[in-house]
Amino acid sequence: MNTTRRTVLRAGLAAPVLGLGLPGGLPGGLPGGLRGARAAAPLKVGFVYVAPIGDAGFTYQHELGRRAMQAALNGRVQSSYVENVSEGAAAEQVIHQMAANGNGLIYTTSFGFMNPTYKVAGMFPKVKFEHCTGYKRRVNMGTYSARFYEGRYLAGLIAGRMTKSNIIGYVVAFPIPEVVQGVNAFTIAARSVNPKVQVKLVWTSSWFDPGKERAAADTLISQGADILTNHTDSTAVVQAGEERGVKTISYNSDMSKYGPKTCLTGVTMVWNQYYIDTTKKVLDGTWKSGDVWGGVKSGMVRLAPYNKLVPDAVRKEVAARQAAMANHTFSPFQGPILDQSGKVKVAKGTALTDPQILALNWFVQGVEGKV
Amino acid sequence: MHDLVFAFAIFGATLRAAAPLGLAGLGELVSERSGVLNLGVEGMMLVGAVAGFMATAASGSPAIGLLAAMAAGAAMAAVFGFLTLSLMANQVAAGLALTIFGTGFSALVGARFEGVPLKGLATSIFPHLANAPPLLQELMRLDPLVWLSLAAPFAIHWFLTRTRPGLVLRAVGESHDVAYALGYSVIRIRYCAVLFGGAMSGLAGAYLSLAYTPMWTQDMVAGRGWIALALVVFSTWKPLWLSLGALLFGFVTIAQFQAEALGLQVSPQLLAMLPYLATIVVLVLISRDSVRLKLNAPGALGKPFHAA
Repeated sequence: MNTTRRTVLRAGLAAPVLGLGLPGGLPGGLPGGLRGARAAAPLKVGFVYVAPIGDAGFTYQHELGRRAMQAALNGRVQSSYVENVSEGAAAEQVIHQMAANGNGLIYTTSFGFMNPTYKVAGMFPKVKFEHCTGYKRRVNMGTYSARFYEGRYLAGLIAGRMTKSNIIGYVVAFPIPEVVQGVNAFTIAARSVNPKVQVKLVWTSSWFDPGKERAAADTLISQGADILTNHTDSTAVVQAGEERGVKTISYNSDMSKYGPKTCLTGVTMVWNQYYIDTTKKVLDGTWKSGDVWGGVKSGMVRLAPYNKLVPDAVRKEVAARQAAMANHTFSPFQGPILDQSGKVKVAKGTALTDPQILALNWFVQGVEGKV
Repeated sequence: MHDLVFAFAIFGATLRAAAPLGLAGLGELVSERSGVLNLGVEGMMLVGAVAGFMATAASGSPAIGLLAAMAAGAAMAAVFGFLTLSLMANQVAAGLALTIFGTGFSALVGARFEGVPLKGLATSIFPHLANAPPLLQELMRLDPLVWLSLAAPFAIHWFLTRTRPGLVLRAVGESHDVAYALGYSVIRIRYCAVLFGGAMSGLAGAYLSLAYTPMWTQDMVAGRGWIALALVVFSTWKPLWLSLGALLFGFVTIAQFQAEALGLQVSPQLLAMLPYLATIVVLVLISRDSVRLKLNAPGALGKPFHAA
């Protein structure tokens, strides 16, 4: 037939109708017969990180989870990430961009991304959002977190048993409930095995600032702390401990390679299984917005392998306590608990409820520092 | 006794915090004494930090890392020197461009090295004194670059005031036309000063990434380059005053954490502002006395040299 513009155009339009397929799938609606072609396209999954994956800490653990998910569901998902996104206006831009670029599932991995995620979720009702460590939800936005305080409790047992100066240093970033939970659980545990323990806090006002964390660690060591731990994202505290011969317990990830002689263990977060399960749910169409708060039982919170300095008796004690937490016969926040002024905040025989734990904004006795 | 140990611990932390400020500041002081205002200190420190880290990670030897850092800082300064001394570009603009370039370049090149563990500089050059009394131990915990930052101001002071090359350098900075008329090669002397400044900034950056927090992460210099620049003015271009100023700023940086740990009821955010507030206050105080400033500043600072 004649090769005219009209014939070429007609042929071009015929291709999608015949399902010859445009690669990557098409967003938005298409006539019925094409749904089959679209379902074969991999689900685009986006991750938004607050710090560089090289922080070897919080963000790094999320990245490990993403890689595990990609490996497990290879072919069905196509994941990507944006790192070093500061909380606030920049975050909203990045999340918006991800949603507009065709990502069907977006994980935002920092508390400060809560409001931007909530806003963008309202604009893209077909995209599913999962926000880590937050509390706002929508029909297409769920939240997930882990009971880090259970891991902190176990770490506190180790610290309480192994301190000789009875002063433990704790470098913290911001006084959000998650941080307060960690400090409190740690202190309660340490004082339960060693009532003389004092936990000293130093605030850095930044999740990730190695220089400040180093200075804070130096300060705490000069105050007599012989064990350090932190709720910040870099390896500076562990490295400071290694250099000064002070024991440390790391947070977020296993930092033993930064402190081979002094890092006793770490409270690590393992998101791998959660990411695999949740993404599968989205793929199968069974995803619903919810609030997941897994603890040591689910494996989301784990202690890193022990340094050889940790005695066997302590390891056994920790294992027993972990089992008790896993089958819910023990809670770190069961009474009696006193606050810094000595007032009884949780009576004997009762325990803090989940909503109370989520809103925690006061420190227990034994903590030196204010919110 | 415990209080004395505590005081020495604070002093040690102050020295460690002051070392990068002092080293970078001294380099910039020499550069400015020769008449070149190099605002690119932050960029040069970052490039030095990443170069030092990469070289140490690749070779396993911190000494090679330090040399690489100095070379990288000097290379950045050479670019700046070419732009301002040979092409006679505006020094302020070129310096700012150098900072921005250094920040981005270091982040790009160092991206693969984020999160890489490294055994940094040995923290004590007298390791066998580990059984010494605690007071001495605190001093012995200082690494070689901190000792350098304490010795360098005296060396630079001696160089500038007691040697002929130092006199020539100062002459070039006071009045480049007169120096040229006397037969000195102004451009070559300024190049040397600028390269020295770059090498010192690179060294200061390497201290941060190899000794202070043995890691690399983008923007790890966190504004110390700007504080070093302010220190040069604060010290009225005198090396010994500069080292005192560096100690003061180092102390203010440490003080915010010490105040918290001691339980002082001051807002942590206010304490975090202290180093930068101190910088601004000091600069305002100095600038109020414009006569003193004019008396002390190198006469030809920031002016491009046109050979007549």
